[in-house]
Amino acid sequence: MADKKTRADRPLSPHLQVYRLSMTFLMSGFHRATGFALYFGMAIPAAWLLAVASGSDWFELANSLINTLPGRFILFGYSWGLIHHMLGGVRHLIWDTGRGLDLVSVEIFARATLIGSIALTLAVWLAAFALGGFQS
Amino acid sequence: MKFRTPLSKVRGLGAAHDGTGEFWIQRMTSIASIPLTLFLIGSSLYLIGADYNAVRGYISSIFVAPALILVIVVFIWHMYIGMKEILIDYVHAPALKFTALILNMFYTIFLGLISVYAILKLSFGV
Repeated sequence: MADKKTRADRPLSPHLQVYRLSMTFLMSGFHRATGFALYFGMAIPAAWLLAVASGSDWFELANSLINTLPGRFILFGYSWGLIHHMLGGVRHLIWDTGRGLDLVSVEIFARATLIGSIALTLAVWLAAFALGGFQS
Repeated sequence: MKFRTPLSKVRGLGAAHDGTGEFWIQRMTSIASIPLTLFLIGSSLYLIGADYNAVRGYISSIFVAPALILVIVVFIWHMYIGMKEILIDYVHAPALKFTALILNMFYTIFLGLISVYAILKLSFGV
């Protein structure tokens, strides 16, 4: 542990607040934030599986909770987080091969991640709507 | 008097040989997560409007149950490493850091176990 004296003498690595907001900065943060949220969001499919395994009464209860307005809002957020983190992950996997690290590519990737995740999430929910997911 | 042998002086000072271990697992699980996420979304859409017996039948079917268990294992492993990275980055006070790291392990393993147990329970029909 650094004591007060050595701490004062050392230069600190600049952190979040010193940088101007950019799309790449924002998408980097989004990736970590969606990962953080999905960590707790994983309790949703776990609880749902537990409900199905516990019998039809629990299954009906779980589904009625999902079908409330807050339930759907949380599920919508969860689905967007999942899709956004997946696309952000694809971006990182491309970077891991050493490709797409130039300034033009990273700007395109950042925008494509956000636009792609919103478009895909809306497509999934439109499909859910078309399949009658909003009837009951 | 020197009791330490030359070998004991250098032992443990070199590479531990697993420095990139979690980095590699995080990449492997992220690659696996792409088809698994699409499978999860596809399954959710497929099960819209399905009654209890249909949902039970789908989850316990021969290809779906193992695939769902794979989703759980891969996601949980990825989550465990991801949260560990976040905690190491931002939580510096030792007591808080180690408490959080331990809770991270407890939470992920518990969540993974109840999910896999639920799938197995449905599969074996007990």
